[in-house]
Amino acid sequence: MLRHVLSRTLPRISGISNCQYSAAAIPVPSAQPEVHYNKVTVHQDAVSKRSFPTINPATGEVICQVAEADKADVNKAVKAAREAFRFGSPWRRMDASDRGLLLTRLADAIERDTAYLAELETLDNGKPYAVSYSVDVPMVVKCLRYCAGWADKWEGKTIPIDGDFFCYTRHEPIGVCGQIILWNFPLLMQAWKLGPALATGNTVVMKVAEQTPLTALYVASLIKEVGFPPGVVNILPGMGPSAGSAIASHMDVDKVAFTGSTEVGHLIQQASGSSNLKKVTLELGGKSPNIIMSDANMAEAVEQSHFALFFNQGQCCCAGSRTYVQDTIYDEFMERSVERAKSRVVGDPFSMKTEQGPQVDEEQFKKILGYISSGKREGAKLMCGGGVAADRGYFIQPTIFGDVQDGMTIAREEIFGPVMQILKFKTLEEVVERANDTKYGLAAAVFTKDIDKAHYISSGRRAGTVWINCYNVFGAQAPFGGYKYSGNGRELGEYGLDNYTEVKTVTIKVPQKNS
Amino acid sequence: MPVPDLEVQYTKIFIDNEWHESCSGRKMPVHNPATGDLLCEVEEADTEDVDKAVRSARTAFQLGSPWRCMDASDRGLLLNRLADLVERDRLRLATLEALDSGKIFLMAYFVDLMATVKTLRYYGGWADKVQGKTIPVDGEYFTYTRHEPIGVCGQIIPWNFPVMMFAWKIAPALCCGNTVIIKPAEQTPLTALHMACLIKEAGFPPGVVNVLPGYGPTAGNAIAHHMDIDKIAFTGSTAVGKLVQKAAGDSNLKRVTLELGGKNPNIVFADCDLEYAVEQAHSGLFFNQGQCCLAGSRVFVEDSIYEEFVCRSAEKARNKVLGNPLVPGVDQGPQIDQKQFDKILELIESGKREGATLECGGGPWDRNSLFIQPTVFSNVTDDMRIAKEEIFGPVQQIMRFHSVNEVIQRANATHYGLAAGVFTNDIDKALTVSSALQAGMVWVNCYNAMSTQCPFGGFKMSGNGRELGEYALQEYTEVKAVTIKISQKNS
Repeated sequence: MLRHVLSRTLPRISGISNCQYSAAAIPVPSAQPEVHYNKVTVHQDAVSKRSFPTINPATGEVICQVAEADKADVNKAVKAAREAFRFGSPWRRMDASDRGLLLTRLADAIERDTAYLAELETLDNGKPYAVSYSVDVPMVVKCLRYCAGWADKWEGKTIPIDGDFFCYTRHEPIGVCGQIILWNFPLLMQAWKLGPALATGNTVVMKVAEQTPLTALYVASLIKEVGFPPGVVNILPGMGPSAGSAIASHMDVDKVAFTGSTEVGHLIQQASGSSNLKKVTLELGGKSPNIIMSDANMAEAVEQSHFALFFNQGQCCCAGSRTYVQDTIYDEFMERSVERAKSRVVGDPFSMKTEQGPQVDEEQFKKILGYISSGKREGAKLMCGGGVAADRGYFIQPTIFGDVQDGMTIAREEIFGPVMQILKFKTLEEVVERANDTKYGLAAAVFTKDIDKAHYISSGRRAGTVWINCYNVFGAQAPFGGYKYSGNGRELGEYGLDNYTEVKTVTIKVPQKNS
Repeated sequence: MPVPDLEVQYTKIFIDNEWHESCSGRKMPVHNPATGDLLCEVEEADTEDVDKAVRSARTAFQLGSPWRCMDASDRGLLLNRLADLVERDRLRLATLEALDSGKIFLMAYFVDLMATVKTLRYYGGWADKVQGKTIPVDGEYFTYTRHEPIGVCGQIIPWNFPVMMFAWKIAPALCCGNTVIIKPAEQTPLTALHMACLIKEAGFPPGVVNVLPGYGPTAGNAIAHHMDIDKIAFTGSTAVGKLVQKAAGDSNLKRVTLELGGKNPNIVFADCDLEYAVEQAHSGLFFNQGQCCLAGSRVFVEDSIYEEFVCRSAEKARNKVLGNPLVPGVDQGPQIDQKQFDKILELIESGKREGATLECGGGPWDRNSLFIQPTVFSNVTDDMRIAKEEIFGPVQQIMRFHSVNEVIQRANATHYGLAAGVFTNDIDKALTVSSALQAGMVWVNCYNAMSTQCPFGGFKMSGNGRELGEYALQEYTEVKAVTIKISQKNS
């Protein structure tokens, strides 16, 4: 039963290709893991002495109070990070290979504590435990190991310029990096941010999402355990408008990396412009088109499209939230998709049978229900779901709208919930144009057997990631990021290192240059 | 402290993750050069065993095999696991290495084994970062390159840094997805065989690494000539390097990389820190009993500081402590075997005969061992044999020079081109001389400063290709360009 459930939830996610999905491999979770760390950077109360509750979205109950970092705490953290980055500091003088070794040790420690971290993640975020255990945590480990490998391989160049000069570049760390992360993949987002920043030698001030601070704080304790020098990583639980804003406008933070909504992305960019022109990278929202051609393998396409939208309770920036189906196969596709959605198991995230947990909080919950209403109001055809799925917690039924038109709100705005939009198209050229008719540009997919069509769409679609005959395939090795309003800069892969590097060119006069 | 009463555990041929006896039934004796004692006998691989190993390595490399289908990141994980195991067995490996090769135990532990672990981890990190490109060709095409493994790689390593050379060879090869047949030197097979056992323990699939102890003219020759080995990497003497290159041309044009000898110039200008330069030049020559391809065996000292430099160098050499390599406090162990011992003494005699000034040493340490006294020759001229031929022993040559251009010209007047050192505080001299020297590695105000991230290799007859660093990956990669016709290309 478990194997069946998981293979339907996670058909082909890269990064867990060697996972065994037998019940024996995933230990039974404790639904009440103890919270050890709820202060600012592990051992300090917030300067303000304020705290905020973090909620279990499956029940609506408070898990515990967490110290709330404010501007004063941000200042403290930036100071610590700046000190750790001082020329001549242990972190600056460390062998690059030793930075890599620390990241590897962190990966080892996280692997050691997989079960606990998965429990905590599920408790705080609501995602099914089986997924936290077999997807989120292993991907964190892989990401850190990957970045660890880069630490001593990030090389500058010597350059044959004109004149009697010896010229070379140093790839230096930028400095103190502010990182603001989202609640949808708390552990994974933390790893995506820390990995490249630390591999390249920066120091970090990270504000974790107020909805999901717990796993990040535990990881902070592991960071200390494995031996990162003090001040290199500082983790602050806090609110966007206070702590987040303080980081974005701080005069002594050299760079800010933000993952979150496009709306707040605008604010971050403006804050940088208003303060010290800190470098900005953004990973924002999406309304990614998933294009099903008539020659696609129907069963695969249905399953992958289901996964593309419903994975992680629909709370994915790259969710395939506009499913364009070629007219000749539209009816069959719709029928099968509805059947699949109806069979999706929504329930207690700690149960091994559950495929879909609750939405992360009340705000998201209400927003999604609002979008569903707009869909009904604007004339989309409700094919299944459409409402609340349980009496308590923030559960929403897997919902599908058919006959969706490009102009409808549900076709243009990011819903971030388990609501699938299925649209009809006739020709290839038409669908590429419609796919691109959005301010977003994060991802896309095409299902087809035809090599030409695959290529046409993957070249034509203005998006940072295009999947062909698959969806949501991620690897630490492959860069990820958005065109247009979906953000700027790339995370992961070798490209991810660029955003954490300042290139310094050094030119030395020599008596006589020779090639 | 070294492991007392160490028993040698692995003495057979390692093929397909199993231990085999030799096809011929023959065995090779393995001696402790410090005492002359027989440590053990090891199975001797010859042509038939090489054939067996090649079959196994070829099967492991088949399209669809576990090794070929493995995630690149998992190859990296296996290399990291191997590094963990080497760390676990570090004491045992260091002891085995000191017993088998005569090198100082503390050096083996702190230098050789550390470099081994770091090399394995470094290439573990590269495995999933070996990237091809997509290329904007003319015409309606989508073009990309795949960086594929070459295939079955033969690797032949020397006796001067047995376990470290083993890691330098297998790490980049495995990182890029190749399968390997490695022949350790007949003088020093023991740590390689222990590594074979760890390779199996780490989880490498059978056939991916095969370890064949054997002799050069038989097993080594069979590897160099084999029609089903795709590439050969050889570290050893220039004389044998030439044979390997010929064998490749004679057989299947297998790709060849060579790390050969050196007669490396170490240039000391008057404006350096003298005591520091003396010390660096000393360790630059005498490290590892002088048995380093990188040894700074031509020390060029600027005229005005020459006498002082020679005096201090001789003093340093006289103070070296020879003895049992396992005992702390000992600086220099024995030479590796009788053949090397005899060759070094012969060259020392030639130095005396040709008129160099013997400052200290100049002969064996005692009658019945392989130890040679640390020897310093001054007033050496460029035409003497000791100035031209690689000695590979504890014999330092110090020559006098007057000007920058002169010393550059003299330093480059050799068929070799492996390494060089420059000691000076003047930035102009440093940059000028380092650019002018025909050597794969140039050290400024240091010597023997090596690290896994930095490429290593020779100009001219010191070899071709580079080991270590990112550059080594090229030597274990075959680039395939794939071009797909598409209906409409867009930028």
